[in-house]
Amino acid sequence: MSMAMFIQHLFNALTLGSLYALIAIGYTMVYGILRLINFAHGEIFMLGAYFVFWGVTLLHLPWFLAVIVAIAVTSLTGVLVDRVAYRPLRDAPRISALISSIGVSFFLQNLAIVVFSAIPREVQRPGWLVDIIVVGKVRILPLTLVVPVLSFLLMLGLLFIVYKTKPGLGMRAISKDIETSRLMGVPVNRIIALTFGIGSALAAASGIMWALRYPQLQPVMGVIPGFKAFIAAVFGGIGSIQGAVLGGLILGIMEIMIVAFLPTLAGYRDAFAFVLLIIILLVKPTGLLGEKLEDKV
Amino acid sequence: MLNVRDLHVHYGGIHALKGISIDVPSGKIVTLIGANGAGKSTTLRTIAGLVRKSSGEILYEGKPIDGWPPEDVVKAGIVMGPEGRRIFPHLSVLDNLMLGAYSRTDKDGIERDLEWVYELFPRLKERLWQKGGTLSGGEQQMLAVGRALMSSPKLVMLDEPSLGLAPLLVKEVFEIIETINQQGKTVLLVEQNAFASLKIAHYAYVLEVGQIVLEGTGQDLLNDKRVQEAYLGG
Repeated sequence: MSMAMFIQHLFNALTLGSLYALIAIGYTMVYGILRLINFAHGEIFMLGAYFVFWGVTLLHLPWFLAVIVAIAVTSLTGVLVDRVAYRPLRDAPRISALISSIGVSFFLQNLAIVVFSAIPREVQRPGWLVDIIVVGKVRILPLTLVVPVLSFLLMLGLLFIVYKTKPGLGMRAISKDIETSRLMGVPVNRIIALTFGIGSALAAASGIMWALRYPQLQPVMGVIPGFKAFIAAVFGGIGSIQGAVLGGLILGIMEIMIVAFLPTLAGYRDAFAFVLLIIILLVKPTGLLGEKLEDKV
Repeated sequence: MLNVRDLHVHYGGIHALKGISIDVPSGKIVTLIGANGAGKSTTLRTIAGLVRKSSGEILYEGKPIDGWPPEDVVKAGIVMGPEGRRIFPHLSVLDNLMLGAYSRTDKDGIERDLEWVYELFPRLKERLWQKGGTLSGGEQQMLAVGRALMSSPKLVMLDEPSLGLAPLLVKEVFEIIETINQQGKTVLLVEQNAFASLKIAHYAYVLEVGQIVLEGTGQDLLNDKRVQEAYLGG
């Protein structure tokens, strides 16, 4: 493989990896606080993508505005899902909320089929994102530069919130000990709502960029990226934000590189992530950066 | 300041409190003593808003506060230091203290109280950037008390603050409780160390299986035959 090809693959890999990472962060944050795998997260990702293209095609909003509005609306949807489907089950056995999340996942998929129809929609992409740039022998899609950079900025913003703000302190406290956090005056339900809001906003950002990269919308588009990002979160160490980012990047890079270097295996592209999941669960169940499991489960 | 009237609590199928009435006057140290499972912790947890009452009243400065979520109870000026200290092991000492101040927005007041906590516990100031989990048991207890004080409470409820500490440290904890009381905080103390807590308490209640069986000034109870036999080792 030529150097030029390799560089192109690398950009593709970083793009896919950052998109996984952004989704994985939502899984890991919710798990870190509630010990809940939010299986509806992939559908939140899907909604983000639909909302933006609705905004652009139906409401004729400018792209920039449509993106902001779509992220905001998706974020609120995530908060609403928590309020309706998880919060009433806060004191129930953990499995109840998990089952509820599977229900929400199917509900949102089917709602999307009703509202958006099951027919795949083509995404009209702004030209400047897809007009190939040629540097020497390397041909690069501008999108594959924009996505990793934007994702990186979003992750920096997230780390700032988690480590430098008061609600972030509340999140870190709740993730360890909900009851004591309440005794210290942390408004737990509001912080949990905020966590869903942030996780959903990042999933929406990922969904929008995903739809630009792979320009087709369909109601089930969140399923496979959702599962893979979940695997990335487990691989990186569920509960750890840095782990989710690392897991997402590694998964994205490996996926692209395996297809690039071993084209005969391209058909197994999706299976690969699940094999990785099985291996990590056998070898290091806490993931790369995960903390030791406590008796909280 | 705090009046609990005929409080009943059912807790996991158990009738944990069967009509408890206690009064905590402003500026005093009041203690609840009793054996394991007598309902001492449940009483504090119900006041703090973690546990729902079945019936009865909890009045704070004349207002009913039962049914309030814990964060509102903290805002109103009642804080609880939970049993087992429960500091956040993965957060720095400073972050632990700042969590105590979570309900507050008055920056200057928070700074002042931080200085006050450093004064009370100079050892915490030396360890501000250390993770809470790396502190010794005694330091963790100081952090737990300091963290509770950071909410600028009028009433401090402490659940077994001397539990699991070496005798020398136990003494220190009770001295601290007296100090913060002298500096204006009302204290509601739950303890198994009946002797030490009765010695510093202005008023005390003895709980047995969810009921108050005896009450009086700390000194009275120290001299009471039944208390001596049951809780002070004869």
